[in-house]
Amino acid sequence: MPKKKDLLGLENLTSREIIQYLDLAEKFAAVLERPIPFVPSLRGKTILTLFFEPSTRTQISFSIAAKRLSADIVNFSQSASSVKKGETILDTAKNIEAMRVDGVVVRHSAPGAAKILAENLDAFVVNAGDGGHEHPTQALLDLMTMRQIFGRFKDLKVLIIGDIEHSRVARSNIFGLKTLGAEVAVCGPPTLIPLAIENLGVDVFYNMDDIIQDYDVVMALRIQLERQGTGLFPSLREYRTLYGLTKERAASMKQKGVIMHPGPMNRGVEIDPDVADGSKSVILSQVTNGVAIRMAVLFIHAGGKLG
Amino acid sequence: MADILIKGGRVIDPKTDLDEVSDVLIHENKIGKIEKNIKNVSAKIIDAKGKIVAPGFFDLHCHLRDPGRPDVETIESGCQAAVAGGFTTICCMPNTTPAIDNEGLVNYIYKEAARVNLCRVFPIAAITKERLGKELTEFGELTKAGAKGFSDDGDVVVDCNVFRHALEYSKAFNVPIFEHPIDRALTKDGLMNEGIVSTRLGLSGSPAIAEEVIVARDLLVARFTGARLHLCHISTKGSIDLIRRAKEDGMKVTCETCPHYFFFNDELLAGFNTDFKVNPPIRSEQDRQAVIEGLRDGTIDCIATDHAPHCQADKELEFTNAPFGMIGFETALPIIVMELINKQKFSWLHVLEKLTINPAKVVTEKLGVVKKNAVADVVIIDPQKKWQLTANAIRSKSKNTPLLNKKLTGQVVATIVEGELKYHNPDQ
Repeated sequence: MPKKKDLLGLENLTSREIIQYLDLAEKFAAVLERPIPFVPSLRGKTILTLFFEPSTRTQISFSIAAKRLSADIVNFSQSASSVKKGETILDTAKNIEAMRVDGVVVRHSAPGAAKILAENLDAFVVNAGDGGHEHPTQALLDLMTMRQIFGRFKDLKVLIIGDIEHSRVARSNIFGLKTLGAEVAVCGPPTLIPLAIENLGVDVFYNMDDIIQDYDVVMALRIQLERQGTGLFPSLREYRTLYGLTKERAASMKQKGVIMHPGPMNRGVEIDPDVADGSKSVILSQVTNGVAIRMAVLFIHAGGKLG
Repeated sequence: MADILIKGGRVIDPKTDLDEVSDVLIHENKIGKIEKNIKNVSAKIIDAKGKIVAPGFFDLHCHLRDPGRPDVETIESGCQAAVAGGFTTICCMPNTTPAIDNEGLVNYIYKEAARVNLCRVFPIAAITKERLGKELTEFGELTKAGAKGFSDDGDVVVDCNVFRHALEYSKAFNVPIFEHPIDRALTKDGLMNEGIVSTRLGLSGSPAIAEEVIVARDLLVARFTGARLHLCHISTKGSIDLIRRAKEDGMKVTCETCPHYFFFNDELLAGFNTDFKVNPPIRSEQDRQAVIEGLRDGTIDCIATDHAPHCQADKELEFTNAPFGMIGFETALPIIVMELINKQKFSWLHVLEKLTINPAKVVTEKLGVVKKNAVADVVIIDPQKKWQLTANAIRSKSKNTPLLNKKLTGQVVATIVEGELKYHNPDQ
């Protein structure tokens, strides 16, 4: 299969391409279980993580993934606001090019930012989140986790709850799941459901108590606390009442149903602590799978060879 | 000044409903004769066989960035681009730095346009001081200095009472109020049309209703005041339906759309190309079709460019941070040829009306006509010519158009302003 230079999102990937990442990630998951969890696949390759938006866990996950592959990793974080005043993203790209790195992992608040880098760099680019657009490695690790549990995507029923409008995690999951044949629904305050999302083949609900019992996977999204007071929903209290994953709601789910969250969680808002730590939660598996997925992504795009 | 004799072209004039092969003799600054086989040995002859000879285009809406951003555009570079696009008169919007809200700046525009001496430039002055939406500018002084209309373009007049007073006050001077209809609260930080494409891309959307609620408001206020309202760059089906109904009710409202609203749809933004980022945004295919229908049935009176130059450095930013606007003088004719003439089968008479006589009427000018003794503003068009729009060929200082390096059909051969040849295409 011809390899694409960059991973910018799941919207334009085929199911074969998605499965290729998942299969390879399973191999790396096995590596991670070894006493010495390293492979020399990317020895001599230099990977830069470029984070214009604060995120500790994604950046750390990529760093660990790169180290497990024996790549050299350089981490750089800068808030987008200081970038706005000074160097443009294009200048940043040219500087990176001049430093001859092999790959760039980028997080930026502007949708399409990763694409600008990809178009202007010979190095491969992995999108680690571009505004509300896509977050492909998060969706891949979610897909990996679902496949481990259910062994299939065909007719798997996935419900995504919360602020769909501003969520790159929701978009990437919707694109990936639909491509793989799963059924996807979104549920949240109507003010946080983007216009015409049904055109992506997604069911839309506003009342989660009517439907939660029908789903195999219930994914709660992080609600940005700053959105309170913007008029999109009246209060965090009402948000929790209507859309919080409470113990009662978790109990009403299918017996084999699981609960996911991309993190970081607002415990007591979109998910109750008991639920986050409870028997249906697979949140920590997601985090573990994150490293394996990112190893697979870096490996494929850096042109690694399996020894 | 030598006479100009345009030989053998298809002369089309919407005002007089003329469409026939003929010669046109330009004597001094007037149309001398329109007849077959005019003989004139001393005239400069332009062969127009297979070409169209029409009134020079009249643009109601452009941004020349002068004063304020000479790196992006000046009156001089703007006029060069305008004549290359077949425009003989352009109306420049007052959202400059500082804003054109006083007599001195109106005088500056005329003085600079006279120095450049390419095409006519009519300033549209700000409705409110510094375009802040609070206090009316001196419509009387400004009109006397030559302002042809008033607009806070780039922004709506938010305060409905200020808007009412602007319309009422304008009646004393018989000048139109140009409104940029967009509800700021509904648009918020919208970057593109709100719909399935913005949902896919995760870009914040500006909904069609942001335009429509202001169109509805403005129509009500205009009817109430009986003043002359001109609605700028109409882009949505809902707006067109509202304006159609108002016209059916006998209101004298006028409106314009721009080539990009009937040539592009929002699917094209999927690549995050900032050259497609304009305000109002490129709308859905359904809206695009409605704009074409509005042009066809006469609901939309005029085609304006909304020529909005921006430098490369600004347009190379992330989609979120790039400014709104695309250049339009030099792409207007090819877009019209490719979409309205070739694809939608509009007649030239019908299309030219929206580029000449109709916009001239909006600002009460007796221009946009090719007939004996009319001011000799003439454009010669090659409707078949296929060419590539290169950065080098663009006369505007800015190159921000998604049509850059694209193959286009339809080209301006020559532009004559008040009897003087101001542009002659070197490739023709």
